[in-house]
Amino acid sequence: MDKQSYHIHLNGERVETSASTVSALLAEQGYGNRKVATALNGTFLPERARGNKALAEGDSLEVLSARQGG
Amino acid sequence: MNAIDKTPTSHFTAYGVELPSRLLLGTAQYPSPQIMADAVKASNAAVVTLSLRREQARGATGQRFLDLIRDLNVCILPNTAGCRTAREAITTAQMARELFETDWIKLEVIANDDTLQPDLFGLVEAAAELSREGFKVFPYTTEDLGAAERLLSAGCEILMPWGAPIGSGRGLANPYGLKTMRAYFPGIPLVIDAGVGAPSHAAQAMEMGYDAVLLNTAVAKAADPVRMAAAFAAAIEAGHTAYTAGLMEMRDMASPSTPVAGTPFFDLPPRGGAG
Repeated sequence: MDKQSYHIHLNGERVETSASTVSALLAEQGYGNRKVATALNGTFLPERARGNKALAEGDSLEVLSARQGG
Repeated sequence: MNAIDKTPTSHFTAYGVELPSRLLLGTAQYPSPQIMADAVKASNAAVVTLSLRREQARGATGQRFLDLIRDLNVCILPNTAGCRTAREAITTAQMARELFETDWIKLEVIANDDTLQPDLFGLVEAAAELSREGFKVFPYTTEDLGAAERLLSAGCEILMPWGAPIGSGRGLANPYGLKTMRAYFPGIPLVIDAGVGAPSHAAQAMEMGYDAVLLNTAVAKAADPVRMAAAFAAAIEAGHTAYTAGLMEMRDMASPSTPVAGTPFFDLPPRGGAG
């Protein structure tokens, strides 16, 4: 049975989703196979753990990638 | 015959890695990615710094940038720029390790928006935790010797005191403090990080015996970043060579460099007046 839709914050933006895991959410949102790093509610979430990590209403997910830096 | 020793003096070692350049270069604020890449090449930098930022769902900004960096064949030193607490910095470092496949981290915990000065308490806390987790921490710190001792105790094997506030280009704001730090930690690799605005500032740091200089804005915001990168490379090399050669002691009074003995007309009485 599909999970009911709920809201999370994805990189600070409010997003409605019914994805059951972080991996499913990334696929749903269009990240594809791109290399990104994730943190859930301020805690690092390794790539290997995304497939088993469920999301809940109000969660905050950061999806980061490389940028210029000093 | 004139014989000049051309043995390279430009290697320095960070966490067991011998780096063929004493310049670490940032990758931000260049007019274009190509100019950034050309500047890195012109600088001979063996280490570049970069950051992590939010990635849009439908775009490949991060991957394109990382591909460009990988093509430069340099060591990557990710930073925790913008982090204001130890917890934020630790999480960012953990994300960086997975993303960039390196355990090197330029640790920044920022205390103040105007000065971007390090929060030394948060810095020590984050350095201790990250060192426990196996990171090789490059802490952006100040010339405070007490904080430096704490960072070394926490597991850091290198220290990166600021020259001046990030992006200010003011050079070495506290030369006395930086000289003291160099003297206090003779065996620890010390890198001036931030505030360097001109090649002469970098040369000054190297003449003091600093092991390397990390800079970004001075090159990126130059009218010609590629040319400025080459200028910094030359200044850092010159400053380091001068340090190894041993600088003369400064004096208060003049001292003739030409021999006094044998000076002609020595025995004639001096002429009076201006005539």
